[in-house]
Amino acid sequence: MTAVASSTPSPVSRRPRKNLVLSVVAILLSVVVFLVPFAFILLTAVKSRQQASRLDFSWPTQFQFVQNFLDVVQARDYMLIIAFINSTILTVASVSILVVLSAMVAFVLQRRRTRWTGLINFLVLSGLIIPPAVVPTIWVLEKFGLFRTMPGLILVEVAFGLSFCVLLFRAFIATIPRELDEAAVIDGAGPLRLFFRVILPLLRSVIITVVVVQSVTIFNDFVNPLYFLPGDQNATVQLTLYNFSSAYSTQYNLLFMDILLITIPPLIMFLFFNKRIVAGMTAGAVKG
Amino acid sequence: MTTLIEKSSARSRSRAAGPAGKRAKSPYPHWFYLPAAVVYAVLFIVPTVTSFYFSMTRWTLFDSKFIGFDNYVTFFQEPALVSGLTHTIVYAVVTSGLKVVLGLLLAILLTSQIIGRGYLRSVVFFPVLVSTIGVGLTFTILMDPEQGLINESLALIGIDGPGWLTDPSYALLSVALVDVWKGVGLATLIYIAGIVSIPQEYFEAARVDGASSWQNFWRIILPLARPATFTVILLSLIGGLRSFDLIWAMTRGGPGFTSDVIASVIYKQYQAGFYGLSTAGNVVLFLLVTAIIFPLSRYLNKKEVDL
Amino acid sequence: MKRRTIAISVLAATAMALGACSAGSLGSSDDEGGGKVTLSFLTDNQPETVKIAEGLAKDFTAKNPDITIKVETRPQGTEGDNIVKTRLSTGDMTDVFQYNTGSLFQALAPAKNLTAVDGFTDRLDENFAKTVTADSKVYGAPFGNFMAGAILYNKDVYAKLGLQVPKTWDDFMANNAKIKASGVDPVIQTYGETWTSQLFILGDYHNVEAAEPGWADKYTKNQAKYATSPAALAGFQHLQQVHDEGYINKDFASAKLTDGLNKLAKGEGAQYPILSAMLSQLIADNPGTENKIGLFAIPGSDAAKNGLTVWSPSAVYMPSSTTGDKAEAAKKFLDFVASADGCASQAAASQPTGPFAVKGCKVPDTVPQAVKDMQAYIDQQGGSSLALEFLSPVKGPALEQICVEVGSGIRKADAGAKLYDEDVKKQAQQLGLEGW
Repeated sequence: MTAVASSTPSPVSRRPRKNLVLSVVAILLSVVVFLVPFAFILLTAVKSRQQASRLDFSWPTQFQFVQNFLDVVQARDYMLIIAFINSTILTVASVSILVVLSAMVAFVLQRRRTRWTGLINFLVLSGLIIPPAVVPTIWVLEKFGLFRTMPGLILVEVAFGLSFCVLLFRAFIATIPRELDEAAVIDGAGPLRLFFRVILPLLRSVIITVVVVQSVTIFNDFVNPLYFLPGDQNATVQLTLYNFSSAYSTQYNLLFMDILLITIPPLIMFLFFNKRIVAGMTAGAVKG
Repeated sequence: MTTLIEKSSARSRSRAAGPAGKRAKSPYPHWFYLPAAVVYAVLFIVPTVTSFYFSMTRWTLFDSKFIGFDNYVTFFQEPALVSGLTHTIVYAVVTSGLKVVLGLLLAILLTSQIIGRGYLRSVVFFPVLVSTIGVGLTFTILMDPEQGLINESLALIGIDGPGWLTDPSYALLSVALVDVWKGVGLATLIYIAGIVSIPQEYFEAARVDGASSWQNFWRIILPLARPATFTVILLSLIGGLRSFDLIWAMTRGGPGFTSDVIASVIYKQYQAGFYGLSTAGNVVLFLLVTAIIFPLSRYLNKKEVDL
Repeated sequence: MKRRTIAISVLAATAMALGACSAGSLGSSDDEGGGKVTLSFLTDNQPETVKIAEGLAKDFTAKNPDITIKVETRPQGTEGDNIVKTRLSTGDMTDVFQYNTGSLFQALAPAKNLTAVDGFTDRLDENFAKTVTADSKVYGAPFGNFMAGAILYNKDVYAKLGLQVPKTWDDFMANNAKIKASGVDPVIQTYGETWTSQLFILGDYHNVEAAEPGWADKYTKNQAKYATSPAALAGFQHLQQVHDEGYINKDFASAKLTDGLNKLAKGEGAQYPILSAMLSQLIADNPGTENKIGLFAIPGSDAAKNGLTVWSPSAVYMPSSTTGDKAEAAKKFLDFVASADGCASQAAASQPTGPFAVKGCKVPDTVPQAVKDMQAYIDQQGGSSLALEFLSPVKGPALEQICVEVGSGIRKADAGAKLYDEDVKKQAQQLGLEGW
C-alpha cells in the first residue's frame, strides 16, 4: 500500500482512483463467501418439494415461485400475514423505546461518575451475561396483567435489550467532547435540551447501528414471543418457520421460501439505513 | 403496568413542552436512569433474583422443593461439563478474535475508495439480517460431508473435505466459522461507525506530514477506533461465552457431546425439565462470564478514560 | 427536527402498542355469542398431527354446530414439552390440548393440572388406558395410532437376495453380510437427526422384558442398570456392532430422517430401524411404495420370545383451567375423539400407520404392508410390549447423544451404557424418586 495524496473526503484511502485490483478481489470473494449461500436459499425456495428435499445446489427443474409463495402465505389461515403485522408492531415499538431509554442511561453513565456508576455498570453487564429467567418473568407479567399482551412483550424486549444498547451508546458518547455540553449549559440549556438537542443528533451513526441491530434481533427473536405471547393469533414471523419444519418431516422448499420472505423486511430496513450511514460519513459524525 | 408506558409518553410530552422552569443541579441528572431502571428492575432483576432461589430447589414448574446446593453438586458432576468449559472458551476466543480482526479490516476496506462499496457493505451485513435458524439450516446443508456444496467444490480441486459438522475434531470450529460469517457484519458496522466519527482533521494533518497508509492505520485508525474495538471485543466475547443458538441449530452439541458448550449443557437440562438444575447452571455460567468479563471491562474502561 | 421525529415515533409506537396490541385474526372470525362456544385446541406441529386435529375439529362441529374448535400449534420435542408445562403452570393452557402419554403425561402432574374424564373409559384399549391413568383416574382420549419401534425393510431387496425376516440378532447379522456383499447398505442410520439413533435401544425393550421379566419395575427402583444387565446392554452392543462391521450407510453422521426414508424406498439401503409412524412420510415422498416396505421387530437373542416394542398414541387432555360452558364442550369433544366416529374422522384425515386405541375401531384394509406386519405382532398373544417410557418414569435426557457416540464409534457400548446410567440417575434424582 503506497500513499498517494488526494483530496477525497474519505478518511482512509487517499487515492485519486478507485483501487481496481482490491475491488475485484473483494467482489469475487464476496460472491463466494456471501452470495453463494444466499443463492442456495433462493434456488431451494423455488423448487418443487421432491427436488428441494435432495438439498443439492442445482438449477430448479421447474420453477414453483408463485405456487410456493402462495403456499407459504396461505398456510394456517394466512398466519404469515398476521405474523408480519405483529412483528412489525413489536419491532417498531420496542426499538423506539429502547433507543431513547438506553441513550439517556448511557449519557449520564458516561458523563457523571458517582457512587452509583459502579453499580449501574455492573447491572448493565449483568443484563448481557445472565440468561433471562422465563417462568418468573411470566409471573411478574401476570401480576401486572401484561402476560399474553403486546405491551408486555414489548417491555420484555426492552428490558432484555437495554444492556446491549447502553453499552454501544456509552462507547460512542465517550467520543463526543464534553466542551459541547459545557457550551450548551452556558447557553442555558437544561438536561433535557442538552440531551435531545445536542447529544442525540450527534449520535446519529450509532443510533442507526442500534436501530438496525435491535430491529433485526427483535424481528428475528423467536424465544420470547413463544413464551410471553403464545397463541397462533399472536404469532411472530420466526414462529411461522415451524409451519414447514418439524422433527419428523420438513418441506424444504416452503421452509426456504419462508426464510426468504421474512428476511425481506430487515433487508429493506438495512438498505434504507445503509444510505444514511454513507450520508453520515460525508457529513462527518462529529463536528466540533 | 400501563403506567410504565404512560410514564414514557408523559416524559416525551413534557419534553415537547420544553425544559423551561426546570432547574437541574447537574446537566446529567440521575432521573435519566429512572424509566429504564423501572422496566429493567421489574422485568429482569426481579425474575433473575427469584430464579436464583429456584436454583436451590427441585423445581418441576408445578411445585418446588428446597434442596440446598444439591443442584450445584449435580451440575459440577455433569460429564459434559469439563469438555463443555473448554469448548466454550475456544469458541468465544475464536469467534471474538476473528470478528475483531476481520471486522476492522472490512470496515477499513468498506470506508475506502473501492468499486461496489454499497454492494459490498450490504452483502457483508446481509447475514446479520437472516435468522439464526435460517443460517444454521443453510450451512448444515452446505457443510454436508457427502453432498454439501463445500465438499463438492473442494473435490473439484482434488481436496477431500472433512465432515465439517460430523467429525468430532472439526464440528466446534465449523460452527464458530459460521458464527463469524453471521456476526462479522455487525462488528464491521460498529467499526465503520467508529472510523467515520474520527475527525477528518487527523487524516488531513497526516497527509500534510506525508504519512503512509500503514502509518494512518497504526497511528490514527487503530487508537481512535478504540472504543469501537472495546465494544466489539466485549460484545462478541460475551456473545461467544453465552452462545448456543447457532450451535443448537447446527449440531445440537454433537456429534455426541463434542461441540457442547456450557450454555448448551444448561439448555439441555432445561429441555429435560430439570428447571432447578438448569437455573443452577445459569448461575455458574453467570459467575464464569463475570469472572472473565468484569476485569476485562474494567481494564478497557480505564483505557478509555486515558484516551 | 430530529427531536420531534423521535418524540413522534415514541408516541406513535406507544399508541400502537396500547391500541393495536396484536393483529388478531385475518382468515376467520371468532365471534362468540348466542350459546356458541369456541374451544382452543393445542397440538404439535407435525403435518399429520395438524391434519388429524383439523379433521377432528371439522367433523365434531358438523355434529355439534354450537361448538367450534380452533387448532393452534406448538413445536414438537422437548421444546414443546416446556411450552406445555409453562402454559399449564401459569394457568394459560388452551381449552383442550394434545400431548404425549406415559411418563411425559405423568410429568404434567395430572391430579393438579388436568381434569379427569370418565364416560369413555370402557371404550379404551387397556394398554392405552394405562398410559393416561394417574391415581386410577383416566385423563385422556387417544389421538392417532399405536406405533412400533421396529425395523422397516425393503421387500424387493429381501426378495432379490432370497432373505428371510430375522428373528434373532445372529440371523440379522447374517442377512446383513449378504446384503452388504450385494452392494446395498444393510442398515440405515441417520444421526443428522439424533433422535433416530435410539431405536436399537428403545425398540429392543420387548426383548429385554422377555429375557428379564419385570425389568421396568426394577429399573424404576434403581435395582436394574443398563450397564450391568446383559439383556439391556445388548441394545448398545448391537448399535456398536453394525457400525464396527461397516454395515451402515457411509453418510450416517449427517443423513437426516428424510434421507433415510428415501434410501430405504429406493433400495439403496435395506433396513432402517425407526418408528413406524414415519411410514406416512415415506409414502408421501415416494408414491407407490405402500407394499414395498415391510416391518419386523428388532431381533433379540431368543427367536421364540422375539416381539414388537410398541408406543402408545398421544392423547387429548382437558386442563383444570377449562371451566363452565367450555368444560362441558371440552368433555363432549374428548368423548367424540374416543369414539368410533372419532377414529373414522382421524382415518379420513390421515392414512393410519398403526392400530387405533379405541375398541372396535379397525384400520382400513388399504393400509400399507408394514402396518399389516405390525398388526400381526399385536394380534399375537405376547407378541408385543409397551416401550419402557410407558412403564417407567425413568428416562435419561442424553440417550440420543450417547447413542450417536456409540453408533459412530466415538464411545464403546459398555462405556456408553455406563454413561447413560449416570444420566438416568440424575433424572431420577431430579424427579425425586425413591431409592436414588
